[in-house]
Amino acid sequence: MKTESEKTVFERPRSLVDVRTHFCPGCHHGTIHRIVAGCIDAFGLREKTVGVACVGCAVFLYDYIDVDVLEAPHGRAPAVATGVKRAQPDRFVFTYQGDGDLAAIGTSEVIHAANRGENLTVIFVNNTTYGMTGGQMAPTTLLGQKTSTSPYGRDFRGDGYPIRMAELLAGLEGTAYSARVAVSTPAQIRKAKEAVRKAFEMQIKGMGFSIVEFLSTCPTNWGMKPIDAQKRVLGEMSEFFPPGVYKERKQADFA
Amino acid sequence: MSALVQGAAARMLTKGNEAICLGAIAAGCRHYYGYPITPQNDIPEYMAAHLPALGGTFLQAESEVATINFILGTSASGKRVMTSSSGPGISLMQEGLSYMAGSELPAVIVNISRSGPGLGGIAPSQGDYFQSVKGGGHGGYRLIVLAPHSVQEMYSLTMLAFDLADRHRTPVVILGDAIVGQMKEPFRPIPYTPAVPPEKPWALTGCAGRERQNLKSLHLKDNAIEVHNWKLHEKYERIRKEEVRSESFLLEGAKIGIVAFGTAARVSKTAIQWARKEGIPVGMLRPVTLFPFPEREIRELAPQADVLLVIEMNTGQMVADVRQCTPLHDRIEFFGKPCAMPTPEEILVRIRSLSGRRGGADR
Ligand SMILES: Cc1ncc(C[n+]2csc(CCOP(=O)(O)OP(=O)(O)O)c2C)c(N)n1
Ligand code: SF4
Repeated sequence: MKTESEKTVFERPRSLVDVRTHFCPGCHHGTIHRIVAGCIDAFGLREKTVGVACVGCAVFLYDYIDVDVLEAPHGRAPAVATGVKRAQPDRFVFTYQGDGDLAAIGTSEVIHAANRGENLTVIFVNNTTYGMTGGQMAPTTLLGQKTSTSPYGRDFRGDGYPIRMAELLAGLEGTAYSARVAVSTPAQIRKAKEAVRKAFEMQIKGMGFSIVEFLSTCPTNWGMKPIDAQKRVLGEMSEFFPPGVYKERKQADFA
Repeated sequence: MSALVQGAAARMLTKGNEAICLGAIAAGCRHYYGYPITPQNDIPEYMAAHLPALGGTFLQAESEVATINFILGTSASGKRVMTSSSGPGISLMQEGLSYMAGSELPAVIVNISRSGPGLGGIAPSQGDYFQSVKGGGHGGYRLIVLAPHSVQEMYSLTMLAFDLADRHRTPVVILGDAIVGQMKEPFRPIPYTPAVPPEKPWALTGCAGRERQNLKSLHLKDNAIEVHNWKLHEKYERIRKEEVRSESFLLEGAKIGIVAFGTAARVSKTAIQWARKEGIPVGMLRPVTLFPFPEREIRELAPQADVLLVIEMNTGQMVADVRQCTPLHDRIEFFGKPCAMPTPEEILVRIRSLSGRRGGADR
């Protein structure tokens, strides 16, 4: 029983299912799920949301977020979401994608969804590796980073450079909002919530495509303890992928 | 169009590809997505011109990969949705079709097929038979495949395709080619009567007033994927039982039974009529559904006829399925014309040369 003087300061979002997740210890997918669920609650969107899950560690989105969820083939979530949104423009539609999913196999779909100004929101989880398939090199893998398919470290001469999606998509006319956030400190989590809220708001107002890129951990495939993984996000990852808001459309320039 | 909306069945002169659009619109399809490729461009062009006024959505995708995933999303929303393409584009859709088969999502996929493999050519072809009827993508699934041979059927089989797709929760393929797509002939736009009320409680529309639900093809727990495969198998068996459609053309007393579909069947009809005038007892069994295949019909025809002449615009694909229907293999003859339409004259020559042959015994 709560007394008059007690105040709830922290509780499980209504839209977050009360189950144990399959995510590894120290993985940020769970934190990001919670932020997304919290924002769904904040706007009262639970009963009018259709989420689109990607192929990757976040494929079980439908077990964790208490909304209707559709499974997309690897990389195709923005196209699947387009089909949902065009059929049901009054529903709230978001995708949740990893970096292999969005920045490698699904590059075309995300760029064209953004360029069309497709009125949907993308939650993009950048952990610089392919988590689900066991830690192979991703397009976001940092130079010098060792992965199972870049065993000598990523070398730009053969493997190219890590790709900065938040900046790239911000350059497209149809993008209403593009931001990169991290969730390694309480302050960052607050900022991340604010970014997701902004992104959702863009869709609610019909402003066009919105994306929030999360710098995320994969302690398992990085071969790091959770604490060290946090440090990597705050250090070399944030250096190459600076958090920030890269595009924010004002009502005026949309109209 | 206006005649259609009023439900009148006056005859119209239309191209096959346009008849597909008319059939789709009559059946309540208001969402069309596609990517340009010859010889089906008149379908997206028609839809782009007409869907907006009907409150529908036409969207040109960045690729056929995107197209089939737009289709997946709209289908999962509970709406009737269609795309059309050809050869290379249909190949790019295979992953999405496999996901849709796995997630049990209905849609109509029109393949106005061209010659291949690879970029091949734009000549009419039936080289996509195997791809269409054996699944096409990974994982072992089937799609219902309809093979129109006239403008009338381009219209009416499209309406049927939407019904079958919803009834069995599966993508349905309309397998045409440049000839049935481009030919113009009069047809009757018979009004659409819904065979099934398209109620879709499984659609993802937001979970207002119910528990959340999902549509997916991933089944990891225990033996869930095995169970799912058997469930799909049962569905395909049900389709085989319930949905076979074929046409018997002048088969009465026929000693030569042609088996052909689509354009090849259309041309065969002319040749058969000529041969009949010459007194040759020839007829045709025309599969209208390629999956499910009219197995029983062919099994029963084989012992009655002395020869089964399978005619295809490829080097021999459906003929393999015909062989599976009957043990009387020595009665089966094949005439193939890959990437071109056989002429009635060419078919008549084949018919004449087979005339008088007895049950394959004296070969
Ligand atoms: C067409 C196709 N190619 C490859 C795969 C295998 N696959 C599954 S998940 C995945 C990568 C996942 O990595 P990412 O998108 O970064 O997400 P994470 O698991 O790290 O969250 C791959 C390559 C697939 N499912 N489909
Ligand atoms: S493999 Fe990596 S991304 Fe996947 S759950 Fe584990 S830590 Fe998270």
